[in-house]
Amino acid sequence: MSPILSINNVSKWFESANGKTEVLKDINLEVQKGEFVAIVGFTGSGKSTLINMIAGLSTPSKGEILLKGKPIEGPGHDRSVIFQNYSLLPWLTVSENIYLAVNEVYPSWTEAQKKDHVKSMIEMVNLSHAADKKPSELSGGMRQRTSVARALSMDPEILLMDEPLGALDALTRGNMQEEILNIWGKDKKTALLITNDVDEGIFMADRIIPLNPGPNATLGPVFNIDIERPRDKTKLNDNDDFKKLRNELIEYLMDLGSKTNKNGDAELILPDIQPTVIRRRGLFSKAS
Amino acid sequence: MKTSTIELNQKLETPGIFTSLLTKFRGNKPKTVATDLGSKVKNALLILGSIILFFAFWHFGSKALFNIEANVMIEAARKEGGDAAALATKNCIATGDLSCKPNALPSPADVWNAGLSMYKDYQVLSASKRKFYEETAQVNAQLKAQGKKTMVYTGRSSFVDRIGKSLLTVFAGVILAMFISIPIGILVGLNDKVKLMFNWIIQIFKPVSPVVWFLLVYMIIKTISKNIEMDKSFIICTVAVALCSMWATLVNTSVGVASVDKDYLNVANVLQLGFMKRIFKIILPSSLPMIFTGLRVTVSVAWMVLIAIELLAQSPGLGSFVWEEFQNGASDSNAKIIFAMFVIGIIGFLLDKIMLALQKTMVYSK
Repeated sequence: MSPILSINNVSKWFESANGKTEVLKDINLEVQKGEFVAIVGFTGSGKSTLINMIAGLSTPSKGEILLKGKPIEGPGHDRSVIFQNYSLLPWLTVSENIYLAVNEVYPSWTEAQKKDHVKSMIEMVNLSHAADKKPSELSGGMRQRTSVARALSMDPEILLMDEPLGALDALTRGNMQEEILNIWGKDKKTALLITNDVDEGIFMADRIIPLNPGPNATLGPVFNIDIERPRDKTKLNDNDDFKKLRNELIEYLMDLGSKTNKNGDAELILPDIQPTVIRRRGLFSKAS
Repeated sequence: MKTSTIELNQKLETPGIFTSLLTKFRGNKPKTVATDLGSKVKNALLILGSIILFFAFWHFGSKALFNIEANVMIEAARKEGGDAAALATKNCIATGDLSCKPNALPSPADVWNAGLSMYKDYQVLSASKRKFYEETAQVNAQLKAQGKKTMVYTGRSSFVDRIGKSLLTVFAGVILAMFISIPIGILVGLNDKVKLMFNWIIQIFKPVSPVVWFLLVYMIIKTISKNIEMDKSFIICTVAVALCSMWATLVNTSVGVASVDKDYLNVANVLQLGFMKRIFKIILPSSLPMIFTGLRVTVSVAWMVLIAIELLAQSPGLGSFVWEEFQNGASDSNAKIIFAMFVIGIIGFLLDKIMLALQKTMVYSK
């Protein structure tokens, strides 16, 4: 079976006045249909750059990204993105935000069909009570569920998630992980998750791949996760496979972290500053 | 850290020299909002006190100016006709007779009386207007049936009519300014090449005085109106007001459009929105706060320049009222001018309040 997404020798660099900074170098990845792949890495290692290229928001400097054998030439409805900061339009309600996507992806549908689809998507993420609320009236978790509903309403071939739960608190985060897995389990879409949370990656994905920190970030070895689905978050902590995998991954990442720190030639020098006391300053008192 | 953010917020909320001086006197205490009844009453008394002070200053100031004018008149009479004439003039001034009233800054009472007389004038004029239309109703109906022009009341317009005319002109001017500046602002904000093409125009024409704009518009409309029949002075005023006031909206729109959150543009890209949809669904709504801030400036500038432009264009609005009264030189002309000044100021204030209320209903919160 040919992979649905293949990334071949992709590098990405940015040119600036100070020369070029290479963010990603020789990335190779193949994702099969229906697979849930997680890429885990430190912040600033170029994870978002990678997902932006797959989404078609930016182009690789070298190499190619193939979707079902065809190179990607810009964004498309076959890939939808769940952004880290939700990216909901604040002047539209929950249902209007989703409708905007539905209206764009299914131009041939009747108005009633579109409305029904929006409604069912909102029901899927349990937001029916908040369908007519603006994003500013929603909690972080509800915003992200709206974002998930919008992404899924497009019925994409691949669901791209760029640290989707990064801004949520731990409790909401756990719930959202299960919800996304539930939704994903229903029709087994291909999913690519970018995260900085090893536990999240292991809990959700079939395969987890560390991204070595940039500049010149490359993909590390593949860790296969053979824990049976549906996975139970509470039981997972006692699962030996989980523990082993988790330790291996963390060890690998820690190793990378210390290596890059050693290689870093500039030692961090803290600026010599003292905390100042902010005084009330009256009109006639001298500024000290 | 905390105190400094409060200070910062405070400064952002109420900019201006006066308030920053106030905060200095208060020693940078966080601003307290009046919530309980006691402080509300206190605030009301403060405002009332300042109003009383204002009118007292005006009253005594105008009295002093009046005395200077009176003394000059008496001395002039003494030079011409001796002590007897001087005494006669003095007595005449004391009786308040119009024939020998010194022409000085009117007192608050004068202005109030002028306002009352203008209101009476309005009642008389509107009665005569009503009467005219009642009398000509039959004739007008006939003329209309024959497809001819109906008879129109051509008498002097009252002060209220003039306010209406000025409001209509400013409304038309702001609408025209919107239709010119928002589309151009969007194009300038979207495209760097368009920005290059328009930048010099904006930089050069933005600071041009309303009087010059009026003259330019006059040159153009004068020619156009030779072939097309139109209300020349109204059109000139509207276009000139629009040209003077549109710059704030234009600049703000372009800045708002150029600084649309990248996340929203990413959404537009991922959804592959078309050009028009991208503008109407993403770019315009997201830059609406900036556009509205510009529009508020546009409205207040429009109202300010309108008075000067009406004065030049002889459009029967408040501007020409002020000018006509000044030229008229009647005994209560000055009082009428100052009354008009208050009306202009209050309407300008109300227009800004309306724009603010509109802005609050239209603009989203993040």
